[in-house]
Amino acid sequence: MNNVLEVKNLNITFDTYAGKVKAIRGVSFNLKKGETLAIVGESGSGKSVTTRSIMRLLSQNANVEDGTILYNGDDLIKKTEKEMQKIRGKDIAMIFQDPMTSLNPTMTIGKQISEPIRLHQKLNKEEATNRALELLNLVGLPQAEKRMKQYPHQFSGGQRQRIVIAIALACNPEILIADEPTTALDVTIQAQILDLMKELQKKISTSIIFITHDLGVVANVADRVAVMYAGKIVEVGTVDEIFYNPQHPYTWGLISSMPTLETEKTLYAIPGTPPDLLDPPVGDAFAPRNEFAMKIDTELEPPFFEVSDTHSAATWLLHPDAPAVTPPAEIRARQALYKEKFANYYGKNETSVFSSENEVKGGL
Amino acid sequence: MKSYAKYLGKRILYMFLTLFLIASITFFLMKLLPGTPYSNQDKLSEEQIFIMNEKYGLNEPLPVQYVVYMSRLLGGDLGTSFQFNNTPVTELLSTRVGPSLQLGIQAVVLGTTLGIILGVIAAMNQNTWIDTTATFTAILGRSIPNFVIAVLLQLIFGVYLKWFPIALWNNGFSSSVLPTLALAIAPLADSARFIRTEMVEVLSSDYVELARAKGLSRLTVAFKHGVRNALIPLVTILGPMAVALMTGSLVVENIFAIPGIGEQFVKSILTNDYPTIMGVTILYSAMLVGIILVVDVLYGIIDPRIRVTNEGGDE
Repeated sequence: MNNVLEVKNLNITFDTYAGKVKAIRGVSFNLKKGETLAIVGESGSGKSVTTRSIMRLLSQNANVEDGTILYNGDDLIKKTEKEMQKIRGKDIAMIFQDPMTSLNPTMTIGKQISEPIRLHQKLNKEEATNRALELLNLVGLPQAEKRMKQYPHQFSGGQRQRIVIAIALACNPEILIADEPTTALDVTIQAQILDLMKELQKKISTSIIFITHDLGVVANVADRVAVMYAGKIVEVGTVDEIFYNPQHPYTWGLISSMPTLETEKTLYAIPGTPPDLLDPPVGDAFAPRNEFAMKIDTELEPPFFEVSDTHSAATWLLHPDAPAVTPPAEIRARQALYKEKFANYYGKNETSVFSSENEVKGGL
Repeated sequence: MKSYAKYLGKRILYMFLTLFLIASITFFLMKLLPGTPYSNQDKLSEEQIFIMNEKYGLNEPLPVQYVVYMSRLLGGDLGTSFQFNNTPVTELLSTRVGPSLQLGIQAVVLGTTLGIILGVIAAMNQNTWIDTTATFTAILGRSIPNFVIAVLLQLIFGVYLKWFPIALWNNGFSSSVLPTLALAIAPLADSARFIRTEMVEVLSSDYVELARAKGLSRLTVAFKHGVRNALIPLVTILGPMAVALMTGSLVVENIFAIPGIGEQFVKSILTNDYPTIMGVTILYSAMLVGIILVVDVLYGIIDPRIRVTNEGGDE
């Protein structure tokens, strides 16, 4: 599979009164055709800024200090605003977090859906309306014809997110960026929207960048996962690798703090707070919160260590000289749990994702 | 739609009720004014005053005068002016309301249109020199009295450039240009300030970002998606502002020698010209309540969420 999007060494800062905030500090990742890449991380880790920079929709005080964003080989950073306008909504589309606020309250939804169609596909009003109707049917909104003339406040949250998805899919984009599309919805509607997105992805074969801080959602939709912390990607791998064989202590923390049906005690919480990106710490930004931190973590930033072809993590624990570390009990318990639960789903060979068992590879 | 007609009917009914109350209150307040309608009272004998009062019904007890006035008012008769050569008040108003109305409407339309554009541009360039300049212009326009601007306009466009007449009202459009400009400054400044504040918020909203993500340009987004959502606060102040301008600005009318209604109102109060005071007050009030109704209807047109209907919401 070839990459539709290659982000290389992206560095973004924001000018604030307090100084330059280093929001994105050398992010690199690829998006393959037709895959769903989930970007996870806590608030402020730079997930949204990364995707906004792909759309070139950053606020005016943002500066791209370094890096390239190659879309089919073209650097989006170098594009003019005019050129970007031709890409936005046509080749790269976006779904936003809060459907309650992401539709214009004073415009009928028919008009809002046909707007990008008329803009990019140069269709006339009638053709655009027909296409909009088609889209509303596609996203499963009943009585589309009647509802075209209605305003956003006449729809429920789930319906509005369906409309936002319809707008995003209007021109069959190659890349769909979904910025926490289910966070503002209640759980049953979340499931519906996720199912809808998966179904639509099959139909129109888009690549999806799925931003979320909900690991449950990640397990549900993603092919690959990138874990972000303090403006950096700290671990990237397939969804199985991240869930069954996480390597970075931050990923351990994230997974441990996700409740399971078996959770009885108090849920784990990562101690401390994320670093101030006005003045990022030297070395590994996660070190102050990391119980496995070594001396080098406070001195030198860890490079990426490859765990497999698809899996790598930026932690010194994977360095050949690092002492062998046993992941926290919580992670080991979960691995055992997954193994037991999914034994039926995976053949004997498939369990190889557990290969490193209870020990981190770096210790080898 | 049926419910909307019902709503409108109700509103119009209330409008007349409001007008009735205003007319009644004004009637009694006016009678409390010191003095009489006779400017040369010293020279008049008791009998003469009595005869005059008798003629105009001013000797009757107040409640009787009130009932007589109100019943005539219902028939559309505003009485006869004491002061302005015994002309009927309706005639007096109809000849004078025209210029004031024309100037007012022109000033409101021009002022708000330019103000909206200025405000949007300022908001789009928030915290840059463009924004600062626009805000400064707005503050300037709000703080310089319109009669100063009027005189300046006369000097520049009338005396030096000779493009427009200095002070001449012959109902031609060119004679209305300078007074319109002078009157338009205040609504321009006000609407620019209101729109800027509101637009700054609107432009950072999610739906504006979504509109940008569709591939629309910043300008298209601002005017197509932004302005309508930023209009509500402006529309609220627009009503009273429009009335104030349409009913005439006394000073500006004086400077440009415009036979408007503002001048007449002041004169009528000074001379206790009861029928004219009542007439002008009722006219002002009618315009105000009328415009308030228009504003309420506008709300619904601008923002569908405020619309008073039964349709939709069938979730």
